[in-house]
Amino acid sequence: MSMTHDPPKAAVPALDFGAAWTYAPAPEATDHVKIKPRHELFIDGSWQAPRSGRYFDSISPSSEAKLTEVAEASEADVDAAVSAARRAYEQVWSRMKPLERGKYIYRIARRIQEKARELAVAESLDGGKPIKESRDVDIPLAAAHFFYYAGWADKLDHAFPGSNPRPLGVAGQVIPWNFPLLMAAWKIAPALACGNTVVLKPAETTPLTALMLAEIFREVDLPPGVVNIITGAGATGAALVRHPGVDKVAFTGSTAVGKQIQKSLAGSRKKLTLELGGKAANIVFADAPIDQAIEGIIGGIFFNQGHVCCAGSRLLVEESVHDLVVRKLKDRMATLRLGDPLDKNTDVGAINSRMQLEKIRELVAAGEQEGAERFSAPCPLPPRGFWFPPTIFTNVSLSHRIAREEIFGPVLSILTFRTPEEALEKANNTFYGLSAGIWTDKGAKLFWMANRLRAGVVWGNTYNKFDPTSPFGGYKESGFGREGGKAGLLPYLEVNG
Amino acid sequence: MNSELDATPAASLAVATQAELQTPAPTERRRLRVQKTYKMFAGGQFIRSESGRYFQVTDVSGATTGEAENIPLASRKDGRDAVKIAHGAWAGWSGKTAYNRGQILYRLGEVMEARAAELAHDLHRSLGLSGDLARAEVEASIDRVLSFAGWSDKFQALLCSSNPVAGPHFNFSVPEPMGVVATLAPRRPSLLGLVSAILPALVAGNTCVVLASEEDPRTALSFCECVATSDVPAGVLNVLTGKASEVAPHLARHQEVAALDLWTEDDALARQLEELAVGTVKRVRRRTPSTIDFSSSSLESLATIERFVEMKTVWHPVGV
Repeated sequence: MSMTHDPPKAAVPALDFGAAWTYAPAPEATDHVKIKPRHELFIDGSWQAPRSGRYFDSISPSSEAKLTEVAEASEADVDAAVSAARRAYEQVWSRMKPLERGKYIYRIARRIQEKARELAVAESLDGGKPIKESRDVDIPLAAAHFFYYAGWADKLDHAFPGSNPRPLGVAGQVIPWNFPLLMAAWKIAPALACGNTVVLKPAETTPLTALMLAEIFREVDLPPGVVNIITGAGATGAALVRHPGVDKVAFTGSTAVGKQIQKSLAGSRKKLTLELGGKAANIVFADAPIDQAIEGIIGGIFFNQGHVCCAGSRLLVEESVHDLVVRKLKDRMATLRLGDPLDKNTDVGAINSRMQLEKIRELVAAGEQEGAERFSAPCPLPPRGFWFPPTIFTNVSLSHRIAREEIFGPVLSILTFRTPEEALEKANNTFYGLSAGIWTDKGAKLFWMANRLRAGVVWGNTYNKFDPTSPFGGYKESGFGREGGKAGLLPYLEVNG
Repeated sequence: MNSELDATPAASLAVATQAELQTPAPTERRRLRVQKTYKMFAGGQFIRSESGRYFQVTDVSGATTGEAENIPLASRKDGRDAVKIAHGAWAGWSGKTAYNRGQILYRLGEVMEARAAELAHDLHRSLGLSGDLARAEVEASIDRVLSFAGWSDKFQALLCSSNPVAGPHFNFSVPEPMGVVATLAPRRPSLLGLVSAILPALVAGNTCVVLASEEDPRTALSFCECVATSDVPAGVLNVLTGKASEVAPHLARHQEVAALDLWTEDDALARQLEELAVGTVKRVRRRTPSTIDFSSSSLESLATIERFVEMKTVWHPVGV
């Protein structure tokens, strides 16, 4: 590696964009989206008032305005939902011809496509993510996921020949707030295709699109009880996963909660899959196409405000290009537009909740205290709502909290390395193992790294790509089980052997 | 058996060489039998417990004089040492070509065939299996090893996928080993059960720390002698003897253990181990041996290997 490629810092001034990046507002219209003032529980095909009698507010994190109120499911509600799912499993869904099952799932996919616009607006309102992401990523991928798994319903014997694949029964599913509808699709679609019925609990801060999905289930005449959607917070989720009528538990969320769930299921013989946290290394070699890498780094950490379990939150840069990469990153960060999630120009939306914002602030403060050097994009923050500017830390060492703990926000920690071996050692030096990125022009080096990285998803010269045909899931404390692809069927099936 | 396991070291120390002391009148044809010192197997070495403890097993078949034999009673530190060894051996074992791993496991089958009589004798005297039954179990075990040796460079092609993502990317998923698998071997069948438990993990490129059948640790240790002479690299398979309830909890909470494979009837123990496994989000596999037909070829199926792999997905753009 020649050091001569690395221009002296002072010789290349930071880019000055002036007013070139000032855009007129381009907000997505919301008038076609009707949000009911109150949402009940979706149990046995109908909207049921919670036996608890309690409701909680769902607010928009970009304005802190109340969007709707949502039922809080108690243990009795969980029990009703599980019973409905059990009945539907035994009397309808497990007896249905597999191709018919698939047809229902296809219908769901089509309805999501038809309602893509309102779902995208609701997703951005409820969760704070930029409309261009909910419109171009979350909703299309959710539809694609149902469409993909619909086609598996009648082909399970081909997926596991000679193994007599059969459904498990009732799946209890608990999903996070970062990709609300997409995570619902990741959970529900393979479960249904494999012949299971479902009780799903969306996150308490982002229940809206899952409840709209329930409305879609009614529209497509999905038999009552096949999917039940119950809202609530941690206690509701805990009651669901512990319910003795649940045969399979699938959880996406933090490693801390994942461990609680794994512990609560010990000895129960319930099948479990966990998709937990991450602290992915995004590794940039000096021979990488640097400008492409910069886009990959930006997308890797600032996509969805960094609320991404597979976010490339640890940047490992080969030492000889460190200064160049950091300068280009800062230039690129200066062009990011933060603000109204419904504005089509917005790159970085609102932080999902006050609680999450406080967690990000706490870890960023720790980074400063531990001696790392902070740079935040010079963007104004709106006066109301929850916001955090895109931020990078340089001079980070592996022992810093910001290099070890999942921040789940728009905060990147930058470390350096000199050899591929050192990059590998640092990349794997984490309890997590969900994802990793590699940027290099050398194919042999890329695959040498890809083979040795202990992570379930490795992006070479790209980052944060998702597809229903592509298995996703972690090593180590990032969880177990896969979602997507043929591998994503297995968590919902019993097979011989 | 259990009461002997529970015996304190002090109570066991008295056992000596009565057999030698009671030597019958010498004749020209007689010679003193050389007894085997049973040792655990770790890092390619046969070792005593670092604790100096042992428990005793006696023949049930009446095949020999019925004297008690001493078996190492593994300690917590033995367990941790074994994990360290297995972890150290993992890179080498998982890094070998699949063809090479297959040949090594095939070699294990060859050695077992050559030592079949000894293994059958162990089963006979330890569990009272008739000669025919013992031989049949040994033969089934050898065949199982052979079957898995053949899987070595084939299961990948059946588990992997090229994923047709909707975009300009080349995308594939491949199975990779998990790392160190800690295995509670079935009490019975002590040999076929052991082989059925460990081969799927080994062929997938994992290394193993095994707690052998408490009921018949001797056959497991004789099996280790086959392993030791069959080109299996040191540390790939490590077999401890003693009480599962004493050692397994330390394996279940060990940072470097990736998965637990529990072949046990003991629900309380399994539950305890599953709870301890949570600390590092271990993969926990559970089997109930009494419900399993060990002669079934389903124990040689692809699904048995799939239980011990992680799927890795790799993306790369396609374009000029």
